[in-house]
Amino acid sequence: MKKHFLLVFSCASALLVLFSGCQKQLDLVPTNDITSEKIYSTAEGYTQVMAKVYASMATTGNQGPAGAGDISGDEGFSDFNRTFWYLQELSTEEAIWSYYDNGATDFHEMKWTSTNAFVRQLYRRSFFQIVMCNEFINESTDSKLSDRGIGGADAAKIKFFREEARFLRAFQYWVLMDLYGNVPFVTSLVSAPPPQKDRKFIFNFVESELKDLENKLSEPRAVEYGRVDKGAAWALLSRVYLNAEVYTGENRYADAITYAQKVIDNYQLNKNYGRLFMADNHLFRNEMIFAVPYDGLKTQGYGGANTLIHGSIFANAPLSMKPLDYGVSTGWNCLRTTKNLPMLFTDSGFGTNKDKRAMFHRQGAPIDIAKILGGTDGYKVVKFKNIDSSGISPRDKTGAFVDTDMPLFRAAEMYLIYAEATLRGGAGGNQGTALDLINKLRTRAYGDETGNITPDQLTLDFIIDERGRELYWEGHRRTDLIRFKRFTESSYLWPFKGGALNGRGVSSHLNLYPLPSTDLTSNPNLTQNPGY
Amino acid sequence: MNQIYARLLSVLLLVFSFSHFSNAQEMEISGKVIAAEDGSGLPGVGVVNVTAKTGGSTDINGMYKIKATAGDVLEFRFLGYTTQSRTVGTMVVIDVTLKEETKVLKEAVVIGYGSLSKKDLTGSIGQVTSKDFQTGIITSPEQLIQGKVAGVQITTNGGAPGGGSTIRIRGGASLNANNDPLYVIDGVPIDGGGIYGSSNPMSSINPNDIESFSVLKDASATAIYGSRASNGVIIITTKKGVKGQKPKINFTSQNSVAVIARRVDVLGADSVRAIINREGNAAQKNMLGTYNTDWQKLIFQQALTSDNNLNYSGGTDNVAFRISGGWLEQQGILKTDKMQRQSLGLNLSPNFFDNSLKINLNLKTSRNAYHFADQGAIGAAVTFDPTQSIYSATKNEISPRFGGYKEWMSGSIPNSNATRNPVGLLNQRENLSEVYRSIGSISADYTMPFLPDLRANLNVGYDVASGRGTNSLTDSAASGYIDKGSWSKYKQEKTNKLVEFYLNYGKNLPGIHSKFEIMVGSSYQAFQSTNYNYRSYTYRGDTLAKNPAPKFPFDKPENRLASFYGRFNFTYKGKVLVTASLRRDGSSRFSADNRWGLFPSAAVAYNLGEENFIKSHNVISSLKFRGSWGVTGQQDIGGNYSYQSYFGISNNSATYQFGDQYVNLARPSAYDPNIKWEETTTYNGGLDFGILKDRVTGSVDVYLKETKDLLNTVPTPAGSNFSDQITTNVGSMENKGIELAINTIPVQQEEGFVWSLGFNVTVNQNKITKLNSHPDTTYPGAPTGGISGGGLNNNIQIQTVGFPANSFYVYKQVYENGKPVEGVYQDLNGDGRVNEKDLYHFKQSAPKVFYGISSQLSYQGFFVGFVIRGSRGNYVYNNVHSQLGTYNAVVGQNGFIGNGSPDMFSSGFTGLAGDPSKRFFSDYYVKNAAFLRMDNLNFGYDFGYIYEDRLMLRLNGNVQNVFVVTDYKGIDPEIFNGIDNNFYPRPRVFTVGLSLTY
Repeated sequence: MKKHFLLVFSCASALLVLFSGCQKQLDLVPTNDITSEKIYSTAEGYTQVMAKVYASMATTGNQGPAGAGDISGDEGFSDFNRTFWYLQELSTEEAIWSYYDNGATDFHEMKWTSTNAFVRQLYRRSFFQIVMCNEFINESTDSKLSDRGIGGADAAKIKFFREEARFLRAFQYWVLMDLYGNVPFVTSLVSAPPPQKDRKFIFNFVESELKDLENKLSEPRAVEYGRVDKGAAWALLSRVYLNAEVYTGENRYADAITYAQKVIDNYQLNKNYGRLFMADNHLFRNEMIFAVPYDGLKTQGYGGANTLIHGSIFANAPLSMKPLDYGVSTGWNCLRTTKNLPMLFTDSGFGTNKDKRAMFHRQGAPIDIAKILGGTDGYKVVKFKNIDSSGISPRDKTGAFVDTDMPLFRAAEMYLIYAEATLRGGAGGNQGTALDLINKLRTRAYGDETGNITPDQLTLDFIIDERGRELYWEGHRRTDLIRFKRFTESSYLWPFKGGALNGRGVSSHLNLYPLPSTDLTSNPNLTQNPGY
Repeated sequence: MNQIYARLLSVLLLVFSFSHFSNAQEMEISGKVIAAEDGSGLPGVGVVNVTAKTGGSTDINGMYKIKATAGDVLEFRFLGYTTQSRTVGTMVVIDVTLKEETKVLKEAVVIGYGSLSKKDLTGSIGQVTSKDFQTGIITSPEQLIQGKVAGVQITTNGGAPGGGSTIRIRGGASLNANNDPLYVIDGVPIDGGGIYGSSNPMSSINPNDIESFSVLKDASATAIYGSRASNGVIIITTKKGVKGQKPKINFTSQNSVAVIARRVDVLGADSVRAIINREGNAAQKNMLGTYNTDWQKLIFQQALTSDNNLNYSGGTDNVAFRISGGWLEQQGILKTDKMQRQSLGLNLSPNFFDNSLKINLNLKTSRNAYHFADQGAIGAAVTFDPTQSIYSATKNEISPRFGGYKEWMSGSIPNSNATRNPVGLLNQRENLSEVYRSIGSISADYTMPFLPDLRANLNVGYDVASGRGTNSLTDSAASGYIDKGSWSKYKQEKTNKLVEFYLNYGKNLPGIHSKFEIMVGSSYQAFQSTNYNYRSYTYRGDTLAKNPAPKFPFDKPENRLASFYGRFNFTYKGKVLVTASLRRDGSSRFSADNRWGLFPSAAVAYNLGEENFIKSHNVISSLKFRGSWGVTGQQDIGGNYSYQSYFGISNNSATYQFGDQYVNLARPSAYDPNIKWEETTTYNGGLDFGILKDRVTGSVDVYLKETKDLLNTVPTPAGSNFSDQITTNVGSMENKGIELAINTIPVQQEEGFVWSLGFNVTVNQNKITKLNSHPDTTYPGAPTGGISGGGLNNNIQIQTVGFPANSFYVYKQVYENGKPVEGVYQDLNGDGRVNEKDLYHFKQSAPKVFYGISSQLSYQGFFVGFVIRGSRGNYVYNNVHSQLGTYNAVVGQNGFIGNGSPDMFSSGFTGLAGDPSKRFFSDYYVKNAAFLRMDNLNFGYDFGYIYEDRLMLRLNGNVQNVFVVTDYKGIDPEIFNGIDNNFYPRPRVFTVGLSLTY
């Protein structure tokens, strides 16, 4: 009997020992997948994650041109620069898109809703990059680097990457603050729905981050092309301060001048304006503070300048534009501008105007657009091209994808900010310097001083027009029109604004886009913007 | 256990009495007779002194008195109980425990970690034993009980050899996770996943080795299996030898021929010629052939199957054994399809230490070898132009291209849009595999000698499988033209290891007329698979850049489960039964925070039939009410590691530029750190009854299954994950229904004429009740149910809140004079346009009602029986008609001629009017597929002993898939997912067989 008892007892205790190890037995990891531990065990892994942090605004996913998208829905539409451009430009006088395409026409008629695909995709794209930044920032602390045995030059580089990730996160919060106003706010990795913060809070966050970063990022042009440096922090700060009154009700023009000046002191205008928008525009780091790099072979996608170049080419009869002239193989026959944009250049009439920034294809179609959908009329903007300065054909010989990088910050913008902030009474600004800066832009545009203006011509009305001439199609217009109270108001009209052929004023709630319905249903912390 | 105990006792008594043989004086013996099951006194038990031929009976409390002399034998007789005898010794008090008769005991029902007599069950369990199995050629075990159990829908996946089935117990509990029940074979829960090289892993198990199926349906029965039990549990017990039975040898052989029961109705050659001559252009007319080829006739064959089994079983007093061997060779009705199975089984049950230690060893090992036909030939035979000949050149011609088969060309190369020659598809591919599998367990059940109420049970089990094969396509094949044919191999090894230990304590409490049983245990199970990756080559062994060497030589996915469980049964006077169980499961599939879950259940039952006012009438022989509640889970959510994030590296055209370096992107996958099992709460109310001495027995069950934390793909809160959508636990769904099962013996005559008839019917209603964390009226639902044609990635079904799962989501066809108007659909939302907002929910693929009828007649060795099965409320999307039901299917092809379905004449569709892609979404193609099928008709004669009382013979004949009654026009109305396309036809099978026992 004792024997049996012992048998049972030993069985039972053996099993007890076995099961006490259960907790650990249940921690399993896959054999081949790259775990977090694996990727962050080498500097190369960090670089690959950082590449994704940046590429969140260059590609639509992990397979070029499409196939492993970051964001659900039509992947071709989900590129940062494309969706940002749609919301900033299609809603203004600068562009008309001829296809219905998931609600693109809603922008022209200013009747977008919270279910609009692009309203959702830009918002999701911004947050995708924010989450990528949060991930990198979280994994690149000093203690984690030293725990993982990464030191020396590798660690130094990763530290810079970390500050750059903070910049990109601040940039996306600026995007969200500017377009959506009151948005979820998250700076760490969470799975719970983030809380909603108002515009003022986001403004303060962006400001404090950038002010810290201006000391931590590398000197202008001290890092490789494709990365951000102090110049980007100054430029974004200057832009944020210029619009501070819109965001917070309180103006910060003096600060805008301070940071514009820092850029002006460290950058120059490139001699040739047109080359800033061509296949080799990465060469002009003297003016280009930060552009999102694309490559016809290695960074492929349907967004960025690819959309703008292909979209503007009406290869079909009767226009029969030649795609090869622009370094691509086909045209999408869909992008035009309302007459307001070309009219900015006609103060002395087309043909005689020497302003080389006016890059339109005018042949074969009237300047007036009769209808949005399917039309071919209206001027075509050919500012962006996929040929390089020497006329050499692009890297992708099939012409399907472009090399042209998408500028986000150019020094020229800072010239305009300096002048505008000075005109708006910003302390520290000098009227003479302002005039000088504007005339530098115009001298470059005209090739000589014939386009220069006089001190009394330098007014705010002139500035908004000059911004149109200098910065059109670079994603600034909606923000500018709002700052000048011309976006929803009836004081400034363009064709199809508000759904009327000749334009009409609309409700001021449209100065902000709605939060997408999919986020409202998944995040109970959110309150929709007023009016939606 | 008690039986053995009682036997030991009587032996002891006997010995005792012999030792006092001389003492032969009459005395008064008294005592109490109690019932073994609950210890209550049994009134009215006949007490007979066999020696003295006197008798009496017990009083209301089970007490008796009788005169006897030492050495007299007393018998205690009570209807329904095993008679006990006692030899009188010196003791004047003889207490006797009577056990219910073995007939009743045989109805012991296998439950999780034990068994219970049917009388003591509180849960809803359907048990089918070998005598009631479906018959004929059955190669996969689950098909043995098709149509036999209420609430269990078993749909075979088609007619391929060794093919499997889809099983749903009380509707599926999930949308995106596994919906299959858990199988437990001889105590080993097996991995339901597939094995490389096997069309159906269940076919590794020889159905001839199976003794019984126990289908656990309600949570009272299933919750003991915790996080794997939401879709029910099927416990399979294999055949064992019988202790003390003289060894016998049994040989059975079933031999069959299978023929195609129905073919897809397509146009003949003359109709195709007429259409091309009427609608086609000159080039097409030029392509027309002069033949009348019936492609379906060419690819199907009469298929032979032989299933032979030999077993040797028996037992001594201490050991029972059974050894079995099986050999199966099965052809498919699709030419070149073949399966072979060799199987070996061993069951050994020795007892040690005076039966206190019982060992049970089960081993099942099998080898399956397949030659898989290219099933693409089925669709190709339907669509290939019947005016063409099989061969474009005579076979003997010197080096004809494409093996001589007629193929559609585009210039000098095969037309890549065109259908390939069906006969070529079959003959030019060789896909061979070999699968070994072994399932085994050894259990030791030890009764504590010092505490006979306590048992300890240790169970160690395994399930290992290895599958490998090669797949080649000759380089002369048209489908391999671009890549010069192909040659690839595959290999997988799977292991599943189990260790379990439980203690069981059962005690009678005669003082309160009760008994109880407590079981507590724990188990640990690990599943691992090694999947090898190989490069594929051209037929001649060259490499192609597009098929690079695999990045990793193998992958080793694994998951583990650790569990603790307990159950408590309490019986009061055999009338009131209470069961409660609890399981705590930890699954490696979830993060440490979500890993452990509790799955409780509780049930009560009331045996009204045990009350005297029922018993005293001889009408109702048993009557029991049952009620249960419980929570179960589904941890098989697909991935093994879904709660963790992994980095994927981009391809070379998605890189980011750092200076001159183009860096590949490392992207973390979206993941749900909080992902966990889906949880199902089941309520069940039931009634079991028996009438007229159980000539009619039956049960009725009403159930409600509510699944919450259902997985669905939903938007993430922005900023909270690496993707804007994720599959997570947000939804809920319910299944509710009624089951009725009745078994009757309408005729039972003394001369041996017996007719038994069984009937079961199930009504199930499924509804999705939630799919998003917050209600979203803009969300139509999650599309599912892929169809062919009308563009890429088209789905015909949808999961929507408020509707049954897999509802068809279609346009409402407009009819004129009873004929559908092509391209015209109702503008249901009235916005003046017909677009995706006008799709509506129309019917479902799952049946609303399904039933089975089994009948068996026997008379003096002759027997005849049948099984009928059917369902109502199930609809099928006829994808064959939607693809082929227009003349454009014949004429509108790109560089070749197709075939069409005569449905074009009834619909009048051209395939061109309106938006042709919308036609695929017309509700016209969603057809009522209610059916009644005679699964099986069997007959035979049992010769009994044919040689010297030693050799027994039985002959049988069998027809499977005898007939189908349905209005559905497609090839078969019984298609699980409700989409009829390229269906492997279920054959009609004629079998003759014999069984010899020595």
